[in-house]
Amino acid sequence: MASLAMPSVPGTPPTMPAAEPPPVLRLEGITKRFGRLVANDAISLTLQAGEVLALLGENGAGKSTLMSILFGHYTADAGRIEVFGRRLPPGHPKAALAAGIGMVHQHFALADNLSVLDNVLMGTEPLWRPFSHRAQARERLREVSERFGLPVAPDARVGDLSVGERQRVEILKALYRGARILILDEPTAVLTPQQSEALFATLARMVAQGLSIIFISHKLPEVLRVSHRVAVLRGGRLVAQAYAADTTQAELARWMVGHAVATTARRRPAHGVGEAVCVLDRVDTEGGGDDRLEEVSLTLRAGEIVAIAGVSGNGQVALAELLCGLRRASGGTVRLLGRPLPPAPAEVVALGVARVPEDRHAVGVIGDLPVWENAVSEHLRGPVFSRPVLPGLRWVRRAAARAHARRIEAAYDVRGAGLDAPARSLSGGNMQKLILGRALTEPGPPVGAWNETPPRLIVAHQPTWGLDIGAVAYVHTQLIAARDAGAAVLVISDDLDEVLALGDRVAVMHGGELGMARAAEHWTRQEIGLAMAGA
Amino acid sequence: MRLERRPTTSRTALVLAPLGAIAFTLAISALLVLWAGAPVGRTYALLLQGGFGSVFAWSETLTRATPLILTGLSAAIAFRARLFNIGAEGQLYAGALAAVAVGGMHGGGEGFALAPWLLLPLALAAAAVAGALLLLGPALLKRRLGVDEVVTTLLLNFIVLLGVSALLDGPMKDPSAMGWPQSVSLQGALELGKLIPQTRVHTGLLGAMALAVAAWVVMRHTVAGFDLRAVGANARAAEFAGVPVTRTVVAVALCSGALAGLAGAIEVAGRTGYVTLDMSPGYGYAGIVIAMLAGLHPLGVVAAAVFVAGVLVGADTMSRAVGVPTYIADVIVATSLIAVLVATLLTQFRIRAR
Repeated sequence: MASLAMPSVPGTPPTMPAAEPPPVLRLEGITKRFGRLVANDAISLTLQAGEVLALLGENGAGKSTLMSILFGHYTADAGRIEVFGRRLPPGHPKAALAAGIGMVHQHFALADNLSVLDNVLMGTEPLWRPFSHRAQARERLREVSERFGLPVAPDARVGDLSVGERQRVEILKALYRGARILILDEPTAVLTPQQSEALFATLARMVAQGLSIIFISHKLPEVLRVSHRVAVLRGGRLVAQAYAADTTQAELARWMVGHAVATTARRRPAHGVGEAVCVLDRVDTEGGGDDRLEEVSLTLRAGEIVAIAGVSGNGQVALAELLCGLRRASGGTVRLLGRPLPPAPAEVVALGVARVPEDRHAVGVIGDLPVWENAVSEHLRGPVFSRPVLPGLRWVRRAAARAHARRIEAAYDVRGAGLDAPARSLSGGNMQKLILGRALTEPGPPVGAWNETPPRLIVAHQPTWGLDIGAVAYVHTQLIAARDAGAAVLVISDDLDEVLALGDRVAVMHGGELGMARAAEHWTRQEIGLAMAGA
Repeated sequence: MRLERRPTTSRTALVLAPLGAIAFTLAISALLVLWAGAPVGRTYALLLQGGFGSVFAWSETLTRATPLILTGLSAAIAFRARLFNIGAEGQLYAGALAAVAVGGMHGGGEGFALAPWLLLPLALAAAAVAGALLLLGPALLKRRLGVDEVVTTLLLNFIVLLGVSALLDGPMKDPSAMGWPQSVSLQGALELGKLIPQTRVHTGLLGAMALAVAAWVVMRHTVAGFDLRAVGANARAAEFAGVPVTRTVVAVALCSGALAGLAGAIEVAGRTGYVTLDMSPGYGYAGIVIAMLAGLHPLGVVAAAVFVAGVLVGADTMSRAVGVPTYIADVIVATSLIAVLVATLLTQFRIRAR
């Protein structure tokens, strides 16, 4: 258990064994403030040639800010950066590129309508040169892709490639430009377990050839699996560094969160699975591009969590939107408690469906409106929070609405700047608690047991995406509690750990089709991974 | 240089922002006044006096402000819902013409023989419906087919104005107008009462202010108002929360168009008495400026409309006295709009040199 150094003195580089060669990258005392928030507090880090350094931290720990500074998108308030022994001028992305730093973002920066070769070439040739040297470029791309074992078809249209292949193009783009230091931001978030393994093999090959890699992640097992060294950020500070071989998941988790964390609670099996609440029978949807359903059948029962695994973009959005009332089935039937599901969000909510959308910022809340209006937005049309004054005009019962919002705030521990602050100002975790509280709290009389009629069906799409460990545990606990209270729960997630932690039954989505939902015990990770890839 | 969001907006900043905007506007305009060779202090004093310096000045300012309040409200509620209605000018003319069609003295006679207490509401209703229908098409095109409403409403202005021109030279033409393109007059009994004797300020002002209060109450206290703000802030999230987005956009369009149509009718009933092609010196477009100056707040629209009207009226007086062209009024209004927008931005963001 050797935590190498806790850099308590700003600017002091962590002590490394004496025989190390000079680092390829040295960050010294990087500090960045946004108003009163210190996003990076005197962070000093080094990266050696042929090393994979994992940068670990929760959302908001300062990982992205640090990488943006390294890449020249932000200018640090203090500190300096050296690449291969030479000082990197701050605030110049081009200088970072020229110095050999390449970055693969989580959300790819590729032009879908261009070929692989064009995407790789884009930005590498001066605009005023009349011809592009495509033959040379093609040769060079072939050479790079062979050297690192990253096969691609140079003339394929990027839009036709799978997510794993697109990531490969992103990596090639950086390597083609001569990157010697590669930054990968959450690279496995979009991959199946098998694709992740292939990526790890590629990384091993790259470091064997002397490249250095910074691997940003919040998944502990893969961090220990691929990296040589781990640096942990928390609240803008570098709190610990350790060799991967010398540390454990529990220790990393403790550094990340700042206190000991109970690892995700063992799934308690469902007791008393009840009647079928929602039944999908050979449902098709149209539109939405690749994200559609094809003959999907699924039965959701009271007191049971069904978790859907799959690489995103395989129909999950269509399924979630269908059950949230945002999309219509073009074929087949969807029945909720024996009646057809209406294609209107307000009616779906009125029938007892609690919904947690995938994108909490863009869909879950209306960021510019205050917290209290967001807390009642789904039920505002009902008799509890408004009364008719004129035909077509309902008067908002402000006191009742605010009281309800206050109850949600208290019961779900939503911490922010109060009911009147814009919802945008909430942190991701608190925003999700607000959404969860809104969905699970029935608008009832303001006294007594106000949560008497729990929702019948809960649809949670990526309910913990981007949340810190504490918030993840909280959301999971609430979903399990709702299940135990008799709700049918559907969880859709790319995160295999989440699927296995929550699902009583697990099904896998691929290409718009949904496989059989089987009891979680009957799946192995390998099997789920293969099903996610469509095998 | 780049903008960074401030973590909090201080109260001092909120007070200082409009003051700074006014100071900036006066400074910029002063340069033009100097260029015109007039004394700055006297010019501003005359402008202020001409707009707000006497009962007569106030009456003229408020007369001018009446249609501006209505077109300002029209823009404010539409923009709040992110329906960018640039067509208030056309809707105003359509409303004015509809009011005359119902309440005018047609065929050389007296027009419809109805009691004024019945005919006036009918004429106003016709104006509101005409304005509303004019915006219905663009709103539906926007929701159903994704057609940009800025383009459709803007271009509709020209179509409406040409249509009005054709009607003023054709079926709606006043035969006793010596060949001028001018509509028949509104029935005398429908003329709005004067608020102050011997001036032009009329009861339409009270109506416009009442509508501003009503718009504010609806926006703040009703589900419809929530729907409007929700759709404007984030239509996707609003739809998820159960807001009927299309119905809301259509309702907002109908209200916005109706307000602009009413501006035309009230202008006819309160001031001109008939429709000509130059009855509106761009009230529809000025409404957009006023709505932005007011931060899209219905009550702010009243204040902003009075300010803009005062500057326009005061500029006439000032121009006669010191010979600075009245265009200075347009410069002041335009500069103040930009200054207020920038000042508002700076309360939420700070500029950082990189």
